[in-house]
Amino acid sequence: MDTLLVLVSIIDATLRVATPLVLAALGGLYAERSGVVDIGLEGKMLGAAFAAAAVAAVSGSALLGLVAGVAVSVALALVHAYASVTHNGNQVVSGMAINIMVAGLAPTLGVAWFRQGGQTPQLAGDARFTPIDLPFARALESVPVVGQLYSEIISGHNLIVYIAAAAVPFSAWLVFRTRFGLRLRAVGENPHAVDTAGVSVADMRYRAMVLCGVLCGIAGAYLSTAHSAAFVRDMTAGKGYLALAALIFGKWKPWPTLTACLLFAFTDAVQVRLQGVPLPLVGVIPVQFIQAIPYILTVLLLAGFVGKAAAPRASGIPFVKDR
Amino acid sequence: MSAAPPSSLPRWADVVVLPAANLLAAFILSGLVVVAIGENPFQAMSILVTGAFGNAESIGYTLYYATNFVFTGLAVAIAFHAGLFNIGGEGQAYIGGLGVGLACLWLGGLLPAPIMVPVAILTGAAFGAAWATVPAYLQAYRGSHIVITTIMFNFIAASVMTYLMVNVLIKPGQQSPESHEFAAAATLPRLHEMAESFGLEMATSPLNLAFVWALLCAGWYHLFLWRTRWGYEIRAVGANETAAIYAGISPARITILVMAISGALAGFVALNELMGVHYRIILNFTGGYGFVGIAVALIGRNRALGICLASLLFGALYQGGSELSLDMPTVTRELVVVIQGLVILFCGALENVFRGRIAQLFRRLTPAAA
Repeated sequence: MDTLLVLVSIIDATLRVATPLVLAALGGLYAERSGVVDIGLEGKMLGAAFAAAAVAAVSGSALLGLVAGVAVSVALALVHAYASVTHNGNQVVSGMAINIMVAGLAPTLGVAWFRQGGQTPQLAGDARFTPIDLPFARALESVPVVGQLYSEIISGHNLIVYIAAAAVPFSAWLVFRTRFGLRLRAVGENPHAVDTAGVSVADMRYRAMVLCGVLCGIAGAYLSTAHSAAFVRDMTAGKGYLALAALIFGKWKPWPTLTACLLFAFTDAVQVRLQGVPLPLVGVIPVQFIQAIPYILTVLLLAGFVGKAAAPRASGIPFVKDR
Repeated sequence: MSAAPPSSLPRWADVVVLPAANLLAAFILSGLVVVAIGENPFQAMSILVTGAFGNAESIGYTLYYATNFVFTGLAVAIAFHAGLFNIGGEGQAYIGGLGVGLACLWLGGLLPAPIMVPVAILTGAAFGAAWATVPAYLQAYRGSHIVITTIMFNFIAASVMTYLMVNVLIKPGQQSPESHEFAAAATLPRLHEMAESFGLEMATSPLNLAFVWALLCAGWYHLFLWRTRWGYEIRAVGANETAAIYAGISPARITILVMAISGALAGFVALNELMGVHYRIILNFTGGYGFVGIAVALIGRNRALGICLASLLFGALYQGGSELSLDMPTVTRELVVVIQGLVILFCGALENVFRGRIAQLFRRLTPAAA
């Protein structure tokens, strides 16, 4: 029974850690599928986390916070689109600029507005997303295994976890089963063909960036108003880059990307449990090594040592219309 | 990305007017941020400038910060010349610090300073170069994207260093992860101490011999890129890879060469920080300097002189920014990070916004040329 409890708590932690990764990675998926490289996932999430916590703290409403977070994230995504689509700027430089700017802006405004060393005030009650009990969760709690799994793992998360869970099948449908998705993928593989077909490349890329902004915004709001109860400095702590790694690991496809996010989140959840615990044969594994696993895996994957990852062919290349 | 994109602007305008316009835009937006937090931007500006250049001591601090930025700026710029974007300066500087630190810890008590310092320079360069060569190799021969790999290598470097500091290099019986102190022979003299020994007065500051090394590196950078065969090959690959292949240049070899040099330059940050100031290995001594290098290279237009001037600008921002955070309690040092981000945005990603307008303006002003 004890192992089941440990397992349940590890899976629970995995889902909580995976949620922002899934949302941000799907955001990156839309951007990169449309041909825009976005290393600014980190900055958008951080900006959204700050905006959501600030607005939730002032208004007392987590939903208003979510709206503010999404608005900020979309605004940043549009800046990125303006630089890289309208002005054919360097997309990596633009993404980097957004990350650095937000990393400075959030604590700067936080210190000035709330005077708590860059944090936002602690959120309580309606200002946070609280766990939702799914129907019959309490009733089924006493049923062994199945009931427990349902009530502990599937039920009892906050709204955003369920949004993230729904975003994966939705994205898979949108990208691979709709006309919009076909055009999105085409514009990232061969923009000239799409242009010839009479579809505006810039328009498609802007739409993709808005979707990316919305998803990163939800991810950021999750961090500060659902997962934690306030914004703290650098609270994304590299999750944007981890999401990028998951996206590459998932070969720019929604379901494999979800798997990669769950894998990375699982290593994180296990890592917390394994700290200082000796394992058979290998002894104590250093925490730092486990933390580095996602990054090492991504490097190995990109180098073709673990499968092969091929990015959308036109990603990162500005589209210049033939005259 | 090519180092010098074709433009209808005269060269002096491309080198002076365009960066100035971009910088101005970045500073105006930064001023608006200051307004948003309820302070007077002009007052903030004046505190910043006095804080950076107001007296001899503050100038020393400004130059000390600028030293780091010359190294990381050159590191980013030389890779730009080959068309590569090295985001890994942070990690390369960190691992370079491991090389410098290990050399100083092991040999500091054995070798005299005139031998010890070059040895430390070489090990720092070697470690930084090695850390940059792996992504370069993967890009050149395995086709993985250097931007992503260098980002991942920053995180891996941080993990490796934290592990080594906490478990191996930590001085026994102490809480915070710091190594033993370096022997005196393994430190770089402060410039004010050197001036004193010549009987000159100089204000006390952490400015040390690494500053001179940074200027030497900048000079070497210029000669290497524009006066040697390798420099030519690097620029050829950056300008047109296909043409370079026809000229018998191997882009794969150049990728590895240029990234090794880039990593070595980034590794020199450790000379200034560890041998010049802290005298031991500490966690996170790179403090984001690797990322500032991107901004420095972009404003400096990847030229040696430009990079030195841009480093001075950022050195002033860092030093002035810390004075500003003392004088204005609502302003934090992160304001400098905002400015840095805006500078990268305007000088790097949005440079084409003003290019067209300025080119138009020039055409109107000089109708004869058209």
